[in-house]
Amino acid sequence: MGENKTKTLFSDFTHSKMFWPIVALMALLLFNLFMTPGFFTIQMKDGHLYGSLFDILNHATPLILISLGMTVVIATQGIDISVGAIIAISAVVSATVIVDGGSVLSAVLAGIGSGIVCGIWNGLLVSYIGIQPMVGTLILYIVGRGIAQLITAGQILTFTSPAFVAIGTGYWLVPVACYVAIAIIIIMHLLTRKTSFGLFVESIGVNSTASRYSGINAKRIIFCTYVISGILASIAGILICSNIKSADANNAGLWLELDAILATVIGGTSMNGGRFYLSGTIVGALFIQTLTTTIYSLGVPTEVTLVVKAVIVIAVCLIQTPVFIKMFAKKKPVVQMKPVTESK
Amino acid sequence: MTEQEPVLQMQHIYKTFPGVKALNNVDFELKKGEIHSLMGENGAGKSTLIKVLTGVYEIDEGTFLLNGKEIKISSTSDAQKNGISTVYQEINLCANLSVAENIYIGREPKKGGSIDWKKINHDAKELLDKLEIHIDVEKKLSDYSLAIQQMVAISRAVDTSRGILILDEPTSSLDTNEVNQLFSVMRKLKDSGMSIIFVSHFLEQIYEICDRVTILRNGDLVGTYDIDKLSRIDLVSKMIGKDLDELEKLNDIKQNSSKQVSGENLLETHGYGKRGTIEPFDLNIRKGEVLGLAGLLGSGRTEVASMLFGINKADHGTIKIGGKTYSYIYPKKAIAESFGFCPEDRKAEGVAGALTIRENIILALQSSKGLLRYIPMKKQQEIAKKYIDLLSIKTPSMEQQIDNLSGGNQQKVILARWLATDPQLLILDEPTRGIDVGAKSELQKLIIELSNSGMTILFISSELKELVNCCDRIIVLRDQKMIGELSKEEIREETIMKTIAEGGLRVG
Repeated sequence: MGENKTKTLFSDFTHSKMFWPIVALMALLLFNLFMTPGFFTIQMKDGHLYGSLFDILNHATPLILISLGMTVVIATQGIDISVGAIIAISAVVSATVIVDGGSVLSAVLAGIGSGIVCGIWNGLLVSYIGIQPMVGTLILYIVGRGIAQLITAGQILTFTSPAFVAIGTGYWLVPVACYVAIAIIIIMHLLTRKTSFGLFVESIGVNSTASRYSGINAKRIIFCTYVISGILASIAGILICSNIKSADANNAGLWLELDAILATVIGGTSMNGGRFYLSGTIVGALFIQTLTTTIYSLGVPTEVTLVVKAVIVIAVCLIQTPVFIKMFAKKKPVVQMKPVTESK
Repeated sequence: MTEQEPVLQMQHIYKTFPGVKALNNVDFELKKGEIHSLMGENGAGKSTLIKVLTGVYEIDEGTFLLNGKEIKISSTSDAQKNGISTVYQEINLCANLSVAENIYIGREPKKGGSIDWKKINHDAKELLDKLEIHIDVEKKLSDYSLAIQQMVAISRAVDTSRGILILDEPTSSLDTNEVNQLFSVMRKLKDSGMSIIFVSHFLEQIYEICDRVTILRNGDLVGTYDIDKLSRIDLVSKMIGKDLDELEKLNDIKQNSSKQVSGENLLETHGYGKRGTIEPFDLNIRKGEVLGLAGLLGSGRTEVASMLFGINKADHGTIKIGGKTYSYIYPKKAIAESFGFCPEDRKAEGVAGALTIRENIILALQSSKGLLRYIPMKKQQEIAKKYIDLLSIKTPSMEQQIDNLSGGNQQKVILARWLATDPQLLILDEPTRGIDVGAKSELQKLIIELSNSGMTILFISSELKELVNCCDRIIVLRDQKMIGELSKEEIREETIMKTIAEGGLRVG
């Protein structure tokens, strides 16, 4: 999406899938402008930029990554609920390598490697064996954290390797994680819009039989989406464990798969598959992270945090439903319709 | 009966979709106890008119009068409340439930909180008996033929209706006997005072069963006529909006006799078949010919086509393409050999609904190029534009969702998808099904033009006239078996029918 939109008119924008997610994000930022003192303050320290906004970007990166993977999977009418577990696996795998004295590069490669293996597993089950996506990825969802605990023998691994910790906490004007996010976003954009991968994914999501009859290898494409999702989740796992200087098999990326699904849906991609919107997903992920940060910084008691989040998310989702859009748009068509009938 | 009060009047109906005026000041009137046909080309507004009446779409402007009283229809439940029932082309029933369950599902009679099975079965039987359909209502629906299933759908609709029944192309998947059966039911309903709106593309059926016909064209009302005062040629020319000469030219489709079919085979099969699907067959397709497959529904025509394209995997025999022999092929392989395939079930197997026309057109070409050689946007637009012009696809823009097009135009897009790959063999399975007369002629003309330009075509059709018009050679199938072959000199409607009826003249 995003690429050609800049030159189109405002009315096109208000009808685009991006409109409501962006409005929601803006509203949230506006709220913070008045309610959270110092929210937009940016400080320059040692040549680096600090502030709440950069914290949000830093923390949103893992969510953005797995949401991008989730979006492509959902576009094929699938779902990958194992990404949280994959985060845990890749976190403990790369942490183990670091703890054992391995280099940063080998730790990162090992982490990503574990993500590839997990993705291949999911892809095989869903695409080639034909298990329903929810059930197929449920297996890893359940077993994944168990595997991660086996690797660490039930311990929380902590490490101090400055080079590895720099991935998640480092700064180079802005947090290092932002560069990772930007690089992945560019790669995903190129992959989906500059190769035919995006078209094939959408076509499979809309009508897999017709796609197969047009010569698209639907199984392989679906397989690839799960591998991509696995890889992105593993990178998110590396970022998360590097950020907290430890790998916790039980808590790394816990419930993050649900936020990723939400980010995808808020971003305008339908759970029924077909058209997908990476830029919408990014805005959706930023929205969720901003919301989480806002709730924390407001000092909302922890026991109501989830309720507040739920209410806001329901509102954002409702706004995008056809029923609501129809209600909202009801007055307009009548006005627009008149000239059509009178012109004859 | 003709001077009856109107039961239903639709006045000054307007409905606009983005970029398309689907209905433009249309009036429609239905009298008590009449069978009224709605006719028009693809995109004329028939389906839209049905859909606003059944509440699927809401009208922009206009009034509905039911027995003279104004009613509002803005949802499907509004339509049902007003006693308007619809039977769609695709049967919307549950095949794994019993006939009686299907008739009463969602409104089961209860006795003391639980479902009164005795009453359901008894009432269902009574209802079907009234329509002279004598079947066991406790058997599963899937045990019965499509025609019976269609009748069950109709009886359900009749039971929930209070006087108005809409039949949207109920005959398109029925054979002649089944159509007759359906018509006798319709006549019974009519005699009992039911008003029926009947949508069909078959002229003969309209003349056989209908009292009046309302014709639409491009969203405008052409007029309502008594069918016995309207000649066939008038009807068709009113639908198409072309004068008679032009129409005759369209219908007068003749092969270019100078065309030479080479002796060279593009494809050969030996004992190629699949258990339970199609008996082993030996078939050769010659370069440059239009080979027809004739036979009744379920005779194995579609199965042959899907075996040749590799959708059904063969379990014995061999297929030889371009000098190489394979024991089976698959769609990707078939496309690599530059075969193209327009499937019979356009909606389920052809159209990628939520994608744009452009994307639908380039889909097969792109998949043959693979993942990395993405066709640049500009080139995609050129290709799309070329075929939209060539096949005169009616659309405001190539970025329109294909869902928004009429059936005939969707078919053209699927055809464009394959033409864009420049196929050496084009397999067309019922390409003219469910599309109007004008578009049918256009498609036949196109088939002949493509063939004259050297393309080899395998053409499947239920309409013998089309086969006679287009084919160089015809293979006749019956009961999942090839039973005969007709050479160019032998191709006439009578010989095809005779071969189907009597079996092999020359077992090929």
